[in-house]
Amino acid sequence: MHKASVLERTLRGIALTLVIFFFMFPIFWIFLMSFQTNETILRVPPSMIFEPTLTNYRSLISGTLEGSTATLEIRFMSNLYNSLFLSVTSVTVGLLLGVPAAYAFAKLKFRGSEDIAFTLLSFRFAPPLLVLLPLTIYFQKIGLADTYLGLIWVYQLIVLPLILWIVRGYFEDIPSDIEYAHRIAGHGFWSTFTKIALPLAGPGIAAAGLLAFIFAWNNFIFALVLASADKQPVTVGALAFITASGINYGQIAAGIMLSIAPTFALALYAQRYLVEGLSLGAVKG
Amino acid sequence: MSTHTVDAPKKRNFKISKRYLPYVLSLPALLMCIGILIPFFTAVAYSLQRYRLSQPWARKWNWGENYLNFMTDPAFWNTLKVSLTYAFLTVGVELLLGLGIALLLQKRTRFNNFVSIMLLMPLMTAPALASLMWKLMTNPGFGVLSYWATLLGIEDMKWASDPSTAMMTVVIVDVWVYTPFIMILLLAGLRSLPRQPFEAAELDGVPRLFVFWKITLPMLTPFLLTAVLFRVIESIQQFDIIYAMTQGGPGDKLTVFQVEAYLNFFQSTNVGRSAALLMILWLITYILSTIFIKNWLRLRERARGEG
Repeated sequence: MHKASVLERTLRGIALTLVIFFFMFPIFWIFLMSFQTNETILRVPPSMIFEPTLTNYRSLISGTLEGSTATLEIRFMSNLYNSLFLSVTSVTVGLLLGVPAAYAFAKLKFRGSEDIAFTLLSFRFAPPLLVLLPLTIYFQKIGLADTYLGLIWVYQLIVLPLILWIVRGYFEDIPSDIEYAHRIAGHGFWSTFTKIALPLAGPGIAAAGLLAFIFAWNNFIFALVLASADKQPVTVGALAFITASGINYGQIAAGIMLSIAPTFALALYAQRYLVEGLSLGAVKG
Repeated sequence: MSTHTVDAPKKRNFKISKRYLPYVLSLPALLMCIGILIPFFTAVAYSLQRYRLSQPWARKWNWGENYLNFMTDPAFWNTLKVSLTYAFLTVGVELLLGLGIALLLQKRTRFNNFVSIMLLMPLMTAPALASLMWKLMTNPGFGVLSYWATLLGIEDMKWASDPSTAMMTVVIVDVWVYTPFIMILLLAGLRSLPRQPFEAAELDGVPRLFVFWKITLPMLTPFLLTAVLFRVIESIQQFDIIYAMTQGGPGDKLTVFQVEAYLNFFQSTNVGRSAALLMILWLITYILSTIFIKNWLRLRERARGEG
């Protein structure tokens, strides 16, 4: 193809370097900050030379914050645990409910199916507070306010439409002939679903599950509105942590690193599914 | 004969289950729909009421008054202006930057694929946490970006806490988080384009800028449209980044729709106004998302036709 000139290659190199710098530097800088004490963080000019220390991570994990005047208790690890618990359970529930429904939408066209699917999808784009604010009032009445159950229920708002629509596309791609052949061989609906449809839609289910987990983990507004301190995930907890710990910047940085590590690890581990899910089914990887 | 009698009930069973099966399978989705629609209609009702949590006794229907009040309410027009400015700036910058990066990484090389995966990291960061990261970097006391600003001769840069730079700061965070989304969608689009037109143009020695404007861009339009619509819908509703950064401040500089509605509900406990604000936001996003869904379904249809 086109032979790039030296000038062009240099310009592309510079542009790419700037891009990588802009997107990677914040993560890199906060990573460095998480191994520093306030003493080295507050230096002017900022420098990358310092003696790394693990105290920030240690005090986060042990749950005690050594302040200048007193020892403070921090619940950061419980926030982390809440994030994990809420994301895993809501994605599990979402998959158990969503995958069969996606199959029904894809393969067994029935009256009202398109309306339900469309309503769910269009509310995926509606302002979350529109549904959340009335829900806070309802939840207080029926005793679901500030419970894990209530939160997992509300998390379905993000998880379920995503799973439904991504997985549905994959089910639609399975040629019906394969399923008919299995049925004619004497197998029932359930067997066809588990032995034929599920394995063939596997990559789609993986992509949807992964994306749903990341969205659930990164969610902020649901828990901000509905959860009190002991049920809060890291996204909300970190914000409260900043006000509580005041000026312990190294610990805040360490907290941020611990909170973003799981989604980063997942993304790197399953990048193929991630790209497939993120391109909204517009392209098959 | 015996096989026939065994078969018959089986067949009937199958017929019954076949009729109800779709409804059984999609029951959760149906319940979910109802679970969304009930709060939604409740919100519609709230928006037509004078309803303050602090004065529950004064709650009454006032029909369109909340909406009518918006006409003469400078705070509402400020919210509309701030939200549109935010959406316009973020999506504009993200589109240009995302397209640029996608073009840089278009060739399928091992290095380019590695870079595109690395660039996904900001998108994996929770927006609220991304705001905190940038908050640490823009701290006037020790933030590395504040220090770099002084090197450029800008003394005492206050970033998000200064009314004149607050918008710019949150836009930068949004661009940092969401540009990779547009990049990944456009990259997928670019790589899925048919080769022939480009090879023909190359053979004929057509200038590359001409190829870009006349072949690449038009063929990429469905992807551009999908990405832009998706981002506009999300951006006009942005809450996490702005709330985590400044809670809508300084003053009313960043009170976008959802932040303003949140503050109305929880601080001034004005449920009626909050709900009316959200209804207007919902109307905007509903129109946009209907266009988006149609466009996206067409795009998906095409991708599956090719694959």
